[in-house]
Amino acid sequence: MEKNIPPIQILELHKSFGDLEVLRGIDFQVNAGEVVCVIGPSGSGKSTLLRCVNLLEIPTSGKVLVEGIDLTDPETDVDAVRARIGMVFQQFNLFPHLTVLRNLTIAQRQVLNRSEEEADETARRVLERVGMLDKIDEYPINLSGGQMQRVAIARSLSMDPDMMLFDEPTSALDPELVGEVLDVMRKLAEEGMTMMVVTHEMGFARQVGDRVVFMDEGVVVEDGPPDDVLLNPQHERTKKFLEAVLQQ
Amino acid sequence: MKKSTKAKVRRGILYGTLILILAAVVLVADWPTIQKAFFNPEIAAEMFPEVITVAAKNTIIYTALAFTFGLILALILALMKRSDIKPYKWIATTYIELFRGLPALVTIILVGFGLPIAMGVRIPGGTLGKGTVGLGIVVAAYMAETIRAGIEAVPRGQMEAARSLGMSKGAATRSIVLPQAFRIIIPPLTNELVILIKDTSLLFVLGTTIATKELTKFGRDFMNDTFNGTPLIVIALMYLIITLPMTRFVAQLEKRAARAR
Repeated sequence: MEKNIPPIQILELHKSFGDLEVLRGIDFQVNAGEVVCVIGPSGSGKSTLLRCVNLLEIPTSGKVLVEGIDLTDPETDVDAVRARIGMVFQQFNLFPHLTVLRNLTIAQRQVLNRSEEEADETARRVLERVGMLDKIDEYPINLSGGQMQRVAIARSLSMDPDMMLFDEPTSALDPELVGEVLDVMRKLAEEGMTMMVVTHEMGFARQVGDRVVFMDEGVVVEDGPPDDVLLNPQHERTKKFLEAVLQQ
Repeated sequence: MKKSTKAKVRRGILYGTLILILAAVVLVADWPTIQKAFFNPEIAAEMFPEVITVAAKNTIIYTALAFTFGLILALILALMKRSDIKPYKWIATTYIELFRGLPALVTIILVGFGLPIAMGVRIPGGTLGKGTVGLGIVVAAYMAETIRAGIEAVPRGQMEAARSLGMSKGAATRSIVLPQAFRIIIPPLTNELVILIKDTSLLFVLGTTIATKELTKFGRDFMNDTFNGTPLIVIALMYLIITLPMTRFVAQLEKRAARAR
């Protein structure tokens, strides 16, 4: 991969669900090694934008380029590109019928054609990184929410992704479990992972984010360094949103 | 009267009525005749061992083959019904509505006699082959809907998670969605198996030899030979020996599922 090709590049992206236009022309990019936090009120389109990056939602128009490959081109092998993009969901979406180990190895075996030994070894390595190695033989139902989300992060990491997408990774967690997940994400960021994070955790966005993007009503309202966007917003809508959030 | 006293009186009346009815039945019924007509130990003894080695065995074989054939067909139909390609969906819907709407007996006659007589199409394997196909066609229509409901009960996030790991739609369906769907549908599928066991009694219309009789035909022929109702009681017990463990199994599963929730 050439250095100057950004991992994620979005051009003039529109997305409608029926009559409802959720994204109204987004231009946006994430550079290599960058952590970009996307904030905004619910219904602003931030999750839809994230889901367009690995084509879980199909854009109505516009382009999504991942490492320079146009995902909206019908000739593109979307599965191959998705394998290089880790995705972490609000609801974890672990596979409940498989143990933690098998959750981490099934895609390695089927998509990357890794041998069982190699897949197992990778699984152990990434579980160690998220501090979940001792639960390797458990089923997801026996884990707490925070543990499930750490396993879900490990599942994505086991594919050795070039970048990670996080869709409100802590929103479904009890407050006391948020910290352990954010710690894992912070560590990932420090190790140089390219990350796009849709979140309500303003503290995380400020401390860990290289950039913060504020979205409202399907457009990017503000995009810049965390301190600029969060402490010194230029737009009225950003100010209003941040005031409302800080009052909680 | 106090509310609790009222409830007690009501329970008393209900129990009293029950005891009166039971007493009337016991007193009015002609027990020696009933015993001779339905509980004759000599006639019952004569049915063994064939009622097990032939009749029950055949019932189980018909059931197992029809269930296997039906399950494969049902899985294909369920996937067709969920297909993005409209004609596949239409074919599956038509099939399901048609064979759920017809009496099973009509379908069995269609396979056993309609096809050979009208079209010269003969299903190989005699009664076993025709029975498997006829019953399989019927049970597939019901099971297809069960499987579809099971697939739809698996949260969408499961498919999304699998796809986001780079798995193809087919691989994700096979390794992630279907195993979970089957876990959900084991109870309803077992219920359909119980219904199928009972529906094998319809296969008598295909004509059976001594070796291919299933329980109902076997019992009926025995009744005709002996002019006695005992064979019906014996085969009824046989059916219950097969079906009761299954319905108990389903009840257990449902209890466990309710507790897990």
